[in-house]
Amino acid sequence: MTRSIARGLCAAAAVALILSCPIRSGDAGNIPLDQRRSSYELMSPPTRAMQDDDTANPGTLWVLDGEALWQRESGAAGQACAGCHGDAAQSMKGVAARYPAFDASSGRPIDLEQRIVDCRVERQRAPAPARESKELLALTAFVARQSRGMAIEDVAGKDERLRSFLESGRAAFEQRQGQLNLSCANCHDDNWGRSLAGNAVPQGHPTGYPIYRLEWQGMGSLQRRLRNCMIGMRAETYAYGSPEYVDLQLYLAWRARGMPVEAPGVRP
Amino acid sequence: MARALINVPARAKRGEVIAIKTLISHVMESGFRHTSDGVRVARDIITTFDCTYNGVEVFHADLYSAIAANPFITFHTVATESGTLVFKWTGDNGFSATESVTIQVE
Repeated sequence: MTRSIARGLCAAAAVALILSCPIRSGDAGNIPLDQRRSSYELMSPPTRAMQDDDTANPGTLWVLDGEALWQRESGAAGQACAGCHGDAAQSMKGVAARYPAFDASSGRPIDLEQRIVDCRVERQRAPAPARESKELLALTAFVARQSRGMAIEDVAGKDERLRSFLESGRAAFEQRQGQLNLSCANCHDDNWGRSLAGNAVPQGHPTGYPIYRLEWQGMGSLQRRLRNCMIGMRAETYAYGSPEYVDLQLYLAWRARGMPVEAPGVRP
Repeated sequence: MARALINVPARAKRGEVIAIKTLISHVMESGFRHTSDGVRVARDIITTFDCTYNGVEVFHADLYSAIAANPFITFHTVATESGTLVFKWTGDNGFSATESVTIQVE
């Protein structure tokens, strides 16, 4: 099946969903904290088992690659990640749970991938790894793995400097866009748990990133997932690393505050 | 060398049925896909997998284009004696990977 037909079907299904079910009443953007669910809970038992067992979770392959990269000297500075940060099990514990975070040099929030890219370029004087490259996904997966089980921190709520970016992320989440005129909130706040083209609509919490997605047969970042959603809505996607994505990621992290990190997650 | 993960119990009772799980990183390019220019992407898959237990083959599988990337193969065998399990994957373009684990049978 060609991609355009697949998109068309997805779009038709989205239209059918919007037309057939009355939008749930209640305030968009306010899933009560105790009703929040990781999309892990919507997965089939075999897929859950795959995520839970490190030797069955294909994300582990990236984590192990990331561990090797962590130890390897790289760039003109001849420095390994471990040269500064030491044992990641100590130094990186909880780090992924507080990203996106405010970056003083750029004056705005950056995500974990961007922090790794910056470190590679500025500290190690190595070429910037491309977004979605095996190298960057492996390092991100390795760093994120150190935070598994820890609660996602309410960074945006605590850091005054992030407030305006959080609001812009919230606005992007609630803004209708694309040819289907859908907002993120239409599905993930108002219609989670219902079906879209045979799949359950998740609440859209970024608990497992980077994830191994079975459909991708590989690892991908949250930005890749966001692009997928925007293509499904027939909206214009942003370039990888765009501030628009980071604001949205910041809002999603705030929305998922307190939920445990599952990285590396497995998703269908 | 491809990265592989093996999950075999370190100890087992004689005669016990044990589960063996293997996962290996591989693109498993089917050979049926085309690039946006219409050029066919050459097949690059693992074609055979086998497991020997102290030199005796206890499991063998032939893999084809329809197997997803990073194949996860799980099977069972009977723990007969202490020794070594050797896992070998071979495939297109001279691909070959070998892993081994030891098991203690009491």
